[in-house]
Amino acid sequence: MTANSKNLPRRQLSLRKQDGRTAWLLVLPALAVILGVTLWPIIYTFILSFFHAPTGINQVRTFVGLGNYLEMVKDPTFWETIGRTMYFTVASVGVEMVLGMGVALLIHSHPWGWKFLRFSLIIPWAMPTIVNGAMWRWIYSADFGALNGLLSQLGLIKHYIPWLSLPNLAMPLVILADVWHMMPFVALILQAALATLPLELDEAAAVDGANAFQRFLKITLPLLRPAILVALIARTVDAFRVFDIVYVLTNGGPANKTLTITFLTYLNSFPWGKQGIGASLSFLISVFTISMALIFIRFLYRPEENQ
Amino acid sequence: MKTRKFLRKLPLFLLTLPVLFFIYFPILWLFSASLSNQVDLFALPMHWIPLHPTLKNYLDIIFPSLASNSVPRTFAVALLNSLKIASAVTIISLVIGSMAAYALARIPFKYSRGILLGIIATRMIPEVSLILPLFIIASSLQLINKPIILIITYMSFALPFAIWMMVAFFQTVPIELEDAARMDGCSRLGILFRIVIPISVPGLVSTAMFIFLLAWDEFFYALIFTSTLASKTAPVAMSEFVGRYAININGMMAGGILAALPPVILALAFQRYIVRGMTSGAVKG
Repeated sequence: MTANSKNLPRRQLSLRKQDGRTAWLLVLPALAVILGVTLWPIIYTFILSFFHAPTGINQVRTFVGLGNYLEMVKDPTFWETIGRTMYFTVASVGVEMVLGMGVALLIHSHPWGWKFLRFSLIIPWAMPTIVNGAMWRWIYSADFGALNGLLSQLGLIKHYIPWLSLPNLAMPLVILADVWHMMPFVALILQAALATLPLELDEAAAVDGANAFQRFLKITLPLLRPAILVALIARTVDAFRVFDIVYVLTNGGPANKTLTITFLTYLNSFPWGKQGIGASLSFLISVFTISMALIFIRFLYRPEENQ
Repeated sequence: MKTRKFLRKLPLFLLTLPVLFFIYFPILWLFSASLSNQVDLFALPMHWIPLHPTLKNYLDIIFPSLASNSVPRTFAVALLNSLKIASAVTIISLVIGSMAAYALARIPFKYSRGILLGIIATRMIPEVSLILPLFIIASSLQLINKPIILIITYMSFALPFAIWMMVAFFQTVPIELEDAARMDGCSRLGILFRIVIPISVPGLVSTAMFIFLLAWDEFFYALIFTSTLASKTAPVAMSEFVGRYAININGMMAGGILAALPPVILALAFQRYIVRGMTSGAVKG
C-alpha cells in the first residue's frame, strides 16, 4: 500500500492518478457536509466569542476582544459551575467504572443466568436519555414516587421526602440516574474485553498460588487497559458535557446545585440572550473535549492496525 | 463434587440479584405507571401493581383521534416526527458515509489519513459549541420548526460516526477480492457497490442501528430548533410534559415506553454488534 509511486510502471501510475480523483469524488459529499455543519460553525463560534452579542431585533454586535472571557472568569457562578461539572463527571464516571467492572467480572464468572444479565444491561443503555430522566423524576417524586413508596414500605423513612428539592441530594440523585443509564455501557465493553483474554496466564498464576484478587490486580487489570481506557475516555468526554438529564430532572436547581457548564452555556445562549458569553463558554467546552479527543485518538488509533 | 460446585455458584448467583433489581425496578415502575389510570396513580398508599390495569394510555397514543387529552395527541405526532427524522438521518449518513469510508479505507491518496483523523476529531465537538451559528443561519433561512433542519444538523454527529465505523468494517474486506475484480476491469465504484458493500452488510446494519439510536436519542438540537406541535420530536415532547403535574402522568409514561421501544428493540435485536460499535467511539450524549 505504501509503495513508492516512482517505482511503479507508467500504466499503474495513471491508474493511481485516476484513483486519487475517484477518492476525492467519493469523499467530497461527506467533507462538504462536515465542513458545513461542524467546521464552519465552530469557527463562527470562536469569532462570536470576541463580541458582545445580545439577541433580539436591531441589536448590534460590538467587538470586545477578550471581554467575554474576562467577564466569565470573574463570575463566581462560572467557577462554581466548573466545580459542579467536575463533581458530576468524576463521581458518575467513577461509579460507572467501578460498578461496570464489577458487573463485567460477575458476568465473566458465568453464574446462572449470566446471559440474561448481559441481555438486561442493554435495556437501560438503549433507553433514550430524556425518557430515562423523566422516569427517574417520577421515581424521585415527592408525593407519589417509587423511591418514597419503597423506603416507607421497608420502614426506612416515616415521611415522604421531596428528594429533588434537597440541595445536597439533588446532584447525587442526578448521578444515580446517569449511573443507571450508562453503567451498562462500561460493563458491556469490559465484559467483551474480558471474554477475549487468554486463560493460560491466569491459570498459571493460580498454579503458582496467586489468589483471585492478586490475579485480578496483576494479570486481568493490565490486560484490560485498552478497554478500560476506551470506556473511561468515552464516558468522561460525555459526562463533562452533560445536559439532557439535568434539563429533565432538575432544570439546574435547586438553587443552581445541579447547574453544569453546558447548562450554563445554554442559558446564556438562549433564554438569557447573551450570545457572546454563550459562545465563549461553548468554545471552552470544545477545547476541553477536543483535548480529550486527542488523547482518545492517541490511545485508540494505532497505525499498525491498518497495515 | 456437585455440592461444592453448587456452593461456589450460589454466591455468584446471589450477586446478580441486586444488579437485576437495580436494572428492572425503574423499568417495571415505569411500565406499571403506564398501565394505571389517573386515580390509581395518585392513590396513597401506592400500589406497585395497578389496581385497575388499562391499555387506554397506549391506545390513546396509537389512535390519537379518540383521545380526550392533548398529551397522547402530542406524543402521536412527536413519535412520528422522530421516526421520520431518525430514518432520514440514518439513510443519508449511510450513503454519503459509506462512499467516503471506502475511499478512506481502501484508496491510497494524498491527505487521506489527515482527513480521517479530522473527521474523528469532529465527532468530539459537543453540540453546544455549534448551536449558535447553526441557529443564526437556520433563523435567517427560516428553517426553524422544519424537520429538514434537524436532519441537516444531526449530520454533525451521524456522519463522522458513520465514516469512522464503516472504515473499520471496510478494512476487514479481503483485499484479494478487490484485486481480482480490478483485474477483470471493474471500476472503483463497481468494486464498492458490487463487492465491498454486499460483503459489509453486517457492518452497515450495525452502523445503521447506532445512527438511528443516536438520532432518536438526540435532544439538544431538537430543543433549540423545534417548538411547534407539528415539528417537535419525542424527547422534546417528553421534556415538556415532565414536571407538569396537572397533565396526565400515566399518559406520559406510556409515551415514554413507546419512545423507548424502537431503540431498545433494535439494540436487543442487534445485541452482538453493540460492543463493537461502542468501542469504535460511540459516545452517546
